[in-house]
Amino acid sequence: MNRELVHRLSEMLQEVTGFIYPNEVEIHWSILIVVYPYLTGLVAGAFILASLVQVFNIKEVQPTYRLALLTALAFLLIAPLPLQFHLGHPERSYEIFLTPQLGSAMAMFGFVYLWYLMAVLLLEIWFEYRRDLIVWAKEAKPVMRWIYRALSLFSSDVSERAVKFDKKAIKVITVIGIPSAFILHGYVGFIFGSVKANPWWSSVLIPIVFLMSAIVSGIALVIFLYMVITPLRRERTDMKCLDRITSYLFYAVIVDFTLEALDFIHRLYESEESIKILSRLVTDKLFVSLWVIQILLGMIVPLAIMVAVKSLKFDEDLRKLLYFTSVILIQLGIFATRWNVVIGGQLFSKSFRGLTTYKMEVAGIEGLLTALILLILPFIVLTILLKLLPAWEISGVGEGTAS
Amino acid sequence: MTGIMNRRKFLKNAILFIPAAGLFRRSLRDAHAKPGNGKYDPKQHLYGMGIDVDKCIGCGLCIEACKTENNVPKEPFFCRTWVERYVIKKDGNVTVESIEAQKGKPRGRAEDTDVVRSFFVPKLCNQCENPPCVQVCPVGATFRTEDGVVLVDSKRCIGCRYCIQACPYGARYLHPETRTADKCTFCYHRIVKGLLPACVEVCPTQARVFGDLKSMASRLVRFTRINKLHVLKPHLNTEPKVYYADLDGEVR
Repeated sequence: MNRELVHRLSEMLQEVTGFIYPNEVEIHWSILIVVYPYLTGLVAGAFILASLVQVFNIKEVQPTYRLALLTALAFLLIAPLPLQFHLGHPERSYEIFLTPQLGSAMAMFGFVYLWYLMAVLLLEIWFEYRRDLIVWAKEAKPVMRWIYRALSLFSSDVSERAVKFDKKAIKVITVIGIPSAFILHGYVGFIFGSVKANPWWSSVLIPIVFLMSAIVSGIALVIFLYMVITPLRRERTDMKCLDRITSYLFYAVIVDFTLEALDFIHRLYESEESIKILSRLVTDKLFVSLWVIQILLGMIVPLAIMVAVKSLKFDEDLRKLLYFTSVILIQLGIFATRWNVVIGGQLFSKSFRGLTTYKMEVAGIEGLLTALILLILPFIVLTILLKLLPAWEISGVGEGTAS
Repeated sequence: MTGIMNRRKFLKNAILFIPAAGLFRRSLRDAHAKPGNGKYDPKQHLYGMGIDVDKCIGCGLCIEACKTENNVPKEPFFCRTWVERYVIKKDGNVTVESIEAQKGKPRGRAEDTDVVRSFFVPKLCNQCENPPCVQVCPVGATFRTEDGVVLVDSKRCIGCRYCIQACPYGARYLHPETRTADKCTFCYHRIVKGLLPACVEVCPTQARVFGDLKSMASRLVRFTRINKLHVLKPHLNTEPKVYYADLDGEVR
């Protein structure tokens, strides 16, 4: 283990150009720390999409409401795992909950995470499904009946008054939930943005850029899931809904793009001490992941596609195909955004005199395979959640309470 | 005759002087600790280090002594202290290397006529008064002692490496055996006993000056009086307690 590390570091030493501090040869935050903000971003984005239905009463988006909520939950449940696997001492991770050092941005993780999970997501999902759970419990076979009864916390009131209260509760939770979602991902951005030692991270814009890109990725993910699941259910895609959501996605991408451009221009114009090394970083080490994947494929191409869809009259199938392509490109682009922040911020020396390289492990605990598993896991959790709590109505019960 | 007497007198005086000077020196010693009396009061001390850049010859003894004293892995990717060699040429080109990583390799010598300035800079944890690493530690495993040293509690550290990212000086690394963050402690286990840090002890040119900023008799206080000082990256407001005399502007 130790030997393997030394071997890897010796290899990396060969890749160093210029001068870096000796302790900088090792890249400390690996691909798992790329996966972490990517996952929480999807949570925040999906939740904000769900909130559109509740707070702004946008009816067209209704078909994706429950899907968005469950997606947020599935990804939130997996989000802490990459952090856990990354720790040098995972068995001590509970300390962050029990004895947090309140001055640390990272220590807030425990509070923000638990607040968001318990006070926002689970609560909203419970109120949303409560009535259905009671109805399903009556129809289901014994085992499932008990599961549904347990999930409904043994409530049995399906009177109009109770259902009305559910709706009201959901509204209140959503109103609290939107700032909570902002905090959830904004604080992840703050973890990076507040590191004054690192000029690539240190920026007040970073939390906001994180937030906007989170909204972009979350909406894109829900569109992707909706477009995959609907044909599997042998249902017709609701084009009104799809057009509407992609239109939100379009605006979100524009805001995200503007913010990132602002950040870029600001750095270039201020041209601080670090500008030379950062220029070398973006033109050399990050050329493909930043210019090609994040900006060209992840932003400009999808924007062009959506502009074309908006201005030209394409038929339904072509629109679907174009939307689908866009959301996949956007997902790729946002992953590259996280990569460029997390890995990019570690590729240059704090002496501003040299660059290093990140050599990803494949099979190790912090390797590519673990990252892939962690990216697939939320979809498995979501499948289970959707089986347990159907997002679309099953026979006879009628529409969900939110409709 | 008087000449012989004087010689004899001189020798006698010299023989008497040596133990007397030893005794005297003992009382003049840095008051940074009181060995023997058993009670150590951290509030009475504030430790720092002075680096006399012009005295460093880049021998690397300090690095070796540190690694031996503090169980630091021998590989050049894990350092509590290291020494950088700067070669600044006429065309403004600056070459920097860590002398340890270059060990065993033929050292490219610049043509003397090309070189404007060349010097060595020892680096270590700056034991900041306002340490970013302490601020970011999520569990409080990294902390600042009352005598001004930043330490890591390896039994509490969860190995998240946020402190490593937050340190502007690259002074921290993850110890591959303990899987916790590690860094220079000024040899805390030695200094509380009144000993010097290992790197200071072995430095043949006294380029490293250790002492107690609260003691007027301390060598460090004298060092800060007689030199023009600079700290690394002052704009980050970390308030380092490692003071460099005659530091070149190229050093970051």
